[in-house]
Amino acid sequence: MNWVSGNWAQIAQYGLAHVWLSVPPIVIGFALSVPLGWLANRFALSRGLLLTLGGLLYAVPSLPLFTVLPSLIGTRILDPLNVEIALTLYALALMLRTAADGLASVDADVKLSASAVGFSSWRRFWGVEFPLAGPVLLAGLRVVSVSTVSLVSVGSVIGVNSLGFFFLDGYQRSFPLEVWVGVIGTVLIALVFDGLLVLAGRALLPWTRTGRRPRGIVPATLPGGEVVLR
Amino acid sequence: MNSYSQAFAWLAAPGHWAGPSGIPQRILEHLGYTGLTLLIAIAIALPVGLYIGHTGRGRDVIVPLTGAMRALPTLGIVILLALWIGGIGIQAPLIALVVLALPPVIAGAYAGLESVDRSVIDAARSIGFTGWQVLWQVEVPLALPLIVGGIRSACLQVIATWTVAAYLPVGGLGRFLYDALPNQDYAQMLAGSLIVIVLALLADGLFALVQRLATPRGVAAGRTPDVGTATRSPTRKDQTWLAPEEA
Repeated sequence: MNWVSGNWAQIAQYGLAHVWLSVPPIVIGFALSVPLGWLANRFALSRGLLLTLGGLLYAVPSLPLFTVLPSLIGTRILDPLNVEIALTLYALALMLRTAADGLASVDADVKLSASAVGFSSWRRFWGVEFPLAGPVLLAGLRVVSVSTVSLVSVGSVIGVNSLGFFFLDGYQRSFPLEVWVGVIGTVLIALVFDGLLVLAGRALLPWTRTGRRPRGIVPATLPGGEVVLR
Repeated sequence: MNSYSQAFAWLAAPGHWAGPSGIPQRILEHLGYTGLTLLIAIAIALPVGLYIGHTGRGRDVIVPLTGAMRALPTLGIVILLALWIGGIGIQAPLIALVVLALPPVIAGAYAGLESVDRSVIDAARSIGFTGWQVLWQVEVPLALPLIVGGIRSACLQVIATWTVAAYLPVGGLGRFLYDALPNQDYAQMLAGSLIVIVLALLADGLFALVQRLATPRGVAAGRTPDVGTATRSPTRKDQTWLAPEEA
């Protein structure tokens, strides 16, 4: 425990770096997934194309993607931008399928009613479809948040330091406590993010605070058909 | 793009295709590790997921647990186990990777069974199916695409994590990346990365195919199209009840 108090400044510094590396991919990935999810539902062609691309992107392992990006987009190898762009792509790939499914799950009668009482398609989307897809979007966003926070640590391998630094340094020095600090710190950040998302969901989606889901409803799906349990 | 031509030059060099650290050997190692990890994970996770999905028991434990396990940083867990167990074999990362592959397989099996319509199960029971028959002849066939989806997800994660786990002294394709890091051999890193990416995409495609084959014919036939269901104009078949003389 002496090590923790002695290195508190460094732990806090890498912890903060971890938080700042995690936020942009989650936010940008989510922001891009909503219009693209809408586009995916709009045309049969765009749906196949976007969901296939998302699925393929999601299948690409993280460390190789970090390595392949610099020469594709012209960044330096040690640039944190590589990690940020790669994680944004993952967030988007994960979220796209969920956003498309969530928006498609809105009852067609509800949409027709909104149009019938004079909602323009823009207002109908933001006033009716987007909020009604909210619970599914939130479930997807929680998965994106947790997996992004966990993936940020892999960036340390290519020199983009976060709490993942303590994994590598702890291994080199055969010092498990240091690795534990990294693992616990990462999990804590993920839990805090998740808690904030749940709170935001309670505030923004008050109608979801009901009992259990009935059987026979498939929750949000990830690329490849894995499901997000709620 | 110049670095890509160097990476392809690296891939084309015959010397990189032979010996114990050649490309074929590394691919075989990677596939071997991945297959072994998946087999053990499926052997543990599938019964657990099917039990929870069939009985509904343990749901309140397993759902938060699988969610929480997503938060675990894979590299950290792999290294912790390596320091704890010690040794230079694949034992430590294998255990870590099996544990990390459990949640998606459990979630797929459990959610697959839960997605089966309750009335279908009740119908099977009412014509005398035992619990065991309901599980194997009704629930599992209908849930198979989601069960395979869970395994597919686990497989991709395992392929990716074995690459990262090559930070430890194990074989596999991650070696090309880590061995090139100290001397900044970007051509080799890029070439190794490309091989892993192609391998992952092939595995994903294979599972996509299995998932399609695993969908029962009745389910595939009854599936409504994804787009435009609300505005679909009635087909002749839909209208037959209106005009029985034409049917």
